[in-house]
Amino acid sequence: MLLVPCPWCGPRPEVEFRYGGEAHIVRPADPEAVTDEEWGEFLYARTNPKGAHAERWYHLHGCGRFFNALRDTVSDRFTASYEIGAPRPDGAEKS
Amino acid sequence: MAEVGLTRRGPLDALAVRSGAVLSVVPAESRFSFRGGEGAARAASEVFGVLLPEVGCRSEMRGERAALWLGPDEWLLLAPVGEGPEIAAAIGRALAGKPHALVDIGHRDTVIGVDGAGCEAVLAAGCPLDLDCATFPVGGCTRTVFAKAGVVLWRVEVGRFRLEVARSFAPYVWRLLEEAVSGERG
Amino acid sequence: MSGSFRTAEGGRVERARAIEFRFDRRSFRGLAGDTLASALLANGVHLVGRSFKYHRPRGIVAAGTEEPNALVTLIRDRTRRTPNLRASGIELYEGLVAESQNRWPSLRFDFGALAGLAAPVLPAGFYYKTFMWPGFAWRRLYEPAIRAMAGLGRAPSEPDPDRYLNRFAHCDVLVVGGGPAGIAAALAAEESGARVILCDEQAEFGGSLLADTESRIDGRPAWEWLAGSVASLARSPRVRVLPRTTAFGYFLDNMVALAERVTDHLANPDPVLPRERLWQVRAKEVVLASGAIERPLVFPANDRPGVMLADAARTYLVRYGVKTGTRAVVATVHDAGYAAALALHQAGVAVAAIADGRREVRGELAEAARRAGIAVRGASGVAGTRGRQRIEAAEIRGLGAATAETVGCDLLLMCGGFTPSVHLFSQARGRLRFDVLLDAFVPETAPERVRAAGACRGAFGVAPVVEDGFTAGEEAARGALGHLRAARRPVVEAQEFGTGEAPGADLGEGRGRGKAFVDFQNDVTAADLSLATREGFRSIEHVKRYTTTGMATDQGKTANPNALGLVAGMLGKPVPEVGLTTFRMPYTPVSFGTLAGPARGELFDPVRTTPMHGWAAAQGASFEDVGQWKRARYFAQGGEDMAGAVARECRAVRNACGIFDGSTLGKIEVLGPDAAEFLDRMYVNSLRRLKPGRCRYGVLLREDGFVFDDGVIGRLAGDRFHVTTTTGNAAGVLAMMEDYRQTEWRDLKVWLTSVGEQWAVIAVQGPKAREAIAPLVEGIDLAAGRFPHMSAAEAKVSGVPARIFRVSFTGELGFEINVPADYGRAIWERVWEAGRRHGMTAYGTEAMHVLRAEKGYIVIGQEADGTAGPDDLGLGWVIGRPKGDFVGKRSLGRAEMVRADRRQLVGLLTEDPARGLEEGAGVVAGAGRGPQAEILGHVSSAYFSPTLGRSIALAMVKGGRARMGERLFVAVGDQNVAVNVTLPVFHDPEGKRLHG
Repeated sequence: MLLVPCPWCGPRPEVEFRYGGEAHIVRPADPEAVTDEEWGEFLYARTNPKGAHAERWYHLHGCGRFFNALRDTVSDRFTASYEIGAPRPDGAEKS
Repeated sequence: MAEVGLTRRGPLDALAVRSGAVLSVVPAESRFSFRGGEGAARAASEVFGVLLPEVGCRSEMRGERAALWLGPDEWLLLAPVGEGPEIAAAIGRALAGKPHALVDIGHRDTVIGVDGAGCEAVLAAGCPLDLDCATFPVGGCTRTVFAKAGVVLWRVEVGRFRLEVARSFAPYVWRLLEEAVSGERG
Repeated sequence: MSGSFRTAEGGRVERARAIEFRFDRRSFRGLAGDTLASALLANGVHLVGRSFKYHRPRGIVAAGTEEPNALVTLIRDRTRRTPNLRASGIELYEGLVAESQNRWPSLRFDFGALAGLAAPVLPAGFYYKTFMWPGFAWRRLYEPAIRAMAGLGRAPSEPDPDRYLNRFAHCDVLVVGGGPAGIAAALAAEESGARVILCDEQAEFGGSLLADTESRIDGRPAWEWLAGSVASLARSPRVRVLPRTTAFGYFLDNMVALAERVTDHLANPDPVLPRERLWQVRAKEVVLASGAIERPLVFPANDRPGVMLADAARTYLVRYGVKTGTRAVVATVHDAGYAAALALHQAGVAVAAIADGRREVRGELAEAARRAGIAVRGASGVAGTRGRQRIEAAEIRGLGAATAETVGCDLLLMCGGFTPSVHLFSQARGRLRFDVLLDAFVPETAPERVRAAGACRGAFGVAPVVEDGFTAGEEAARGALGHLRAARRPVVEAQEFGTGEAPGADLGEGRGRGKAFVDFQNDVTAADLSLATREGFRSIEHVKRYTTTGMATDQGKTANPNALGLVAGMLGKPVPEVGLTTFRMPYTPVSFGTLAGPARGELFDPVRTTPMHGWAAAQGASFEDVGQWKRARYFAQGGEDMAGAVARECRAVRNACGIFDGSTLGKIEVLGPDAAEFLDRMYVNSLRRLKPGRCRYGVLLREDGFVFDDGVIGRLAGDRFHVTTTTGNAAGVLAMMEDYRQTEWRDLKVWLTSVGEQWAVIAVQGPKAREAIAPLVEGIDLAAGRFPHMSAAEAKVSGVPARIFRVSFTGELGFEINVPADYGRAIWERVWEAGRRHGMTAYGTEAMHVLRAEKGYIVIGQEADGTAGPDDLGLGWVIGRPKGDFVGKRSLGRAEMVRADRRQLVGLLTEDPARGLEEGAGVVAGAGRGPQAEILGHVSSAYFSPTLGRSIALAMVKGGRARMGERLFVAVGDQNVAVNVTLPVFHDPEGKRLHG
């Protein structure tokens, strides 16, 4: 059972959380100004990397906060957790 | 609600008959969910008479009132059952104009007491956290899970936990706790 | 007498306590401390089963959980029959009853042995090649026959009557394995102050020491050191010792699952105790001290009863006081074979010869054998065996020799060396390295905080193993605590024996006649492996699956190392290049009950009920499951069936009034200065301008534009909203709202609190609704114009503070009374009392569905199934105009979403008014059937309407709104039922009754 590192509560069992999908997906500030294709990218396109993945977690059965985390999709190791709105600590760009 | 003249019926009324030394049903209390930033929390502390903790997963008690940190901007306020309306009014007045949320949840949850030397083992039947005193000290509190139910767990004394659960999950949690209690006899 | 093959003294069995047991209906005697296997052997019973495919007679091969052959069914009573238990793992208890498996009518005379004659058509993968023709013969002949013959043991047919419990546990150091390395590690970790859990699959701790009467530790016999160490660990408040507990799975972040057998060893277990307990242990550091497993040798007819592992035979002798034969031959490529031979010789068993497969035979043990007068043949192996249901002779042949020497024996011991048990280490995604000297894989590095100690790491001999254990325990303690205290090492005097030259010498398989078995339990021979590689299977994973090597319940514990060696040889590759198959949990089979724990029957899922449930039950309501909730579906009276009850309930609501429990709906309190702005951005509705005291029917989209949820949004104050959701989406809507609140619009000052269970909801619907409740309500004037449809207010009902919403899901005048849940039942009873004189009738979810369908109100999950947008459902009117951005708005403008031929909500009326449709049925254009018929849509809701006296249905149909009056067909069963397309509303289309 995975331990997820909540920035407020510390490492907690995964059953307390809901997974929140990839992080740093920016909702267009003016949705009416983007094309159908760009909107589709926002809705559906995800990086799905092998390796470090920036993702969101919701500590539903805990402090109730959303936060970002970096997890390696091969080893399932978390290398960082950071607040919503903060940049990705390893500086990588979404590919 | 003394003036109501109706008795409150909790979800464990039928089951509580069997409660014993280890498991008990805690009688109704005033319960509020308080949300707000630091300023609002401090103002509420003054009026409520108990410090709303700023350290995560900690509780404060004073007299018969308590405040539990459940999240960075979320507290659970507990008080004797009759004091609800005055607390709501007082906080409403003191925080008028300051963004905050105070919601009466006095009927939403049921509280089960888990007591005795084996209380950690009983809770460990369904709670995946380390309940040892070193990691979950007296005064510690947190939202977590117990089997398939979301709960708030609070260690009031070394050998005394309070488990708060939404009323419709209470019979399920109670019966699982009973299973654990009888299984530990072996 | 507990068996004529028992030694006069010695062993760890209690010679004063005899135990009666039965095997295959024969009575025997054993001793307390025996396993079923040792007790059978003490009584000279070697034939214990028939093999899986060929039904060959089989005997006991091993002394531990790696036993591949001796699978029995244990019977306690009619409901407790457990198949496929290893006799070497069953602790003997008084009155034990066991049966052999896979034989009929008996072990000795088994018809299945005829399958042995069919062996040529049953090689590996036979089911891909044989029994193909004729095709019809499969169902009638081949499959039933193969089914009857296949499988091991019979599954129980009664529900498991025992209790199983679960426990989460935490510790600083978990030590898996209570042999010398494990005990040493536990002592060391405890010394440093760590919280320790020590588990071992056996009833006694000690592991290999339990068969060791030679070594001395701290000047005392090893058994004394063992007893003292275990006692000291058990006394420590920081240590939990778990015997009879198997660590069967290693999971992420150092979570290890243990199965504790609590009562299986007791003759009369207390029913209050759980039969087994699952421990889910989270350890900061783990020490694996799981030992090593002896390898058999692969030679023709190596599966006869009486052929067993050498160290196992020595264990039976030393630990259980059992001589497994009278005249033995030992075949070995490892010094341990000599230790076994000498031990047997000392106990009075004649050892006719030792066939050593190594070219050079040296060392102390070899000399000792020669001194004892045991013939030693170097560079020799076994070319075959003789005997039918027990071995009678072994054929020993030298490397390169043409002929073999036949040696009479009733016991043939084989020792192929030892394989470190790396199962859990590998499950932890640890990397292995091939050690050429040991001819085995040993642990190297691991991503988890785990280390291996002792034989499972490739260390052999008591002294090195004990030292290894202490070191590992100290390291683990340091890893967990940040410091350690060095533990004193005991002084160990023990026989060390070398590992010997790497085996793999050609021992004659393939050159002798008869099957040379690699996997005993699945009847896989060396020839099968050879066939697989000849047929082109190169990957060990493919060879495994094609031949089924390692796929039996023993997961190849005694088979895989040999299989790997043979396959590597056949492919001409070094072993590390061929690699291992993946290790998967469980290490040994685990009862389903253990994994389920208490989560079965009533406790599988929470059964959630409302505060008024007891009232409904007392009225005889029938309940349905809505997610985890029980909801009253209908209230049958006086022998009514459901249709009758629903008709009566609907008529009552339309003509008088009905009372309905709506407590299961989700409710969210949305509070804060930006509450209105927040809801405005979430829902399609214009909510900023919603006045306090008013409510609106809200529709919530997903960002892709499809309808996710609906509910009523009531504004109680400028900064306070009471938002309802559907029962099933209560948690999902709150999660979605929190997502946007915390991650998207972080500047908004608004908070969300779930109050679904704070409020019991009593819905009163019908033309008499107002009259029914008015006398109880204080604080609101409910008169027609004063509290119009879609009003919201706080008030008191019978003195209890309440929230009252004038809303309707039935299309009639209606109110929803929300009271704090502990008062729900009492207020419901008051309303019922007051309503009776107005003809108030209780109605359930079925009537509720019919009533809303008559009005064309959609239900999330039926009409809105996740693929429908608001316009598809005829809800375009709900969208606020003009309005800024809201969740899903942009998607509504996508080309796909504005196509005219999208599936749209319509009503369907069957041409025959009595004919009903089925929910989910397909809508087609024509009366014919056939693969070309285009599915135009589906029926989303179908009921018999008492109000209209005929069947009605709602459906989502392609371009539905342009098809008004069109004749279509619905495929129900094997008929196409004719329907007419209508507007999706059947009763009071102008909604006049709402405003009564």
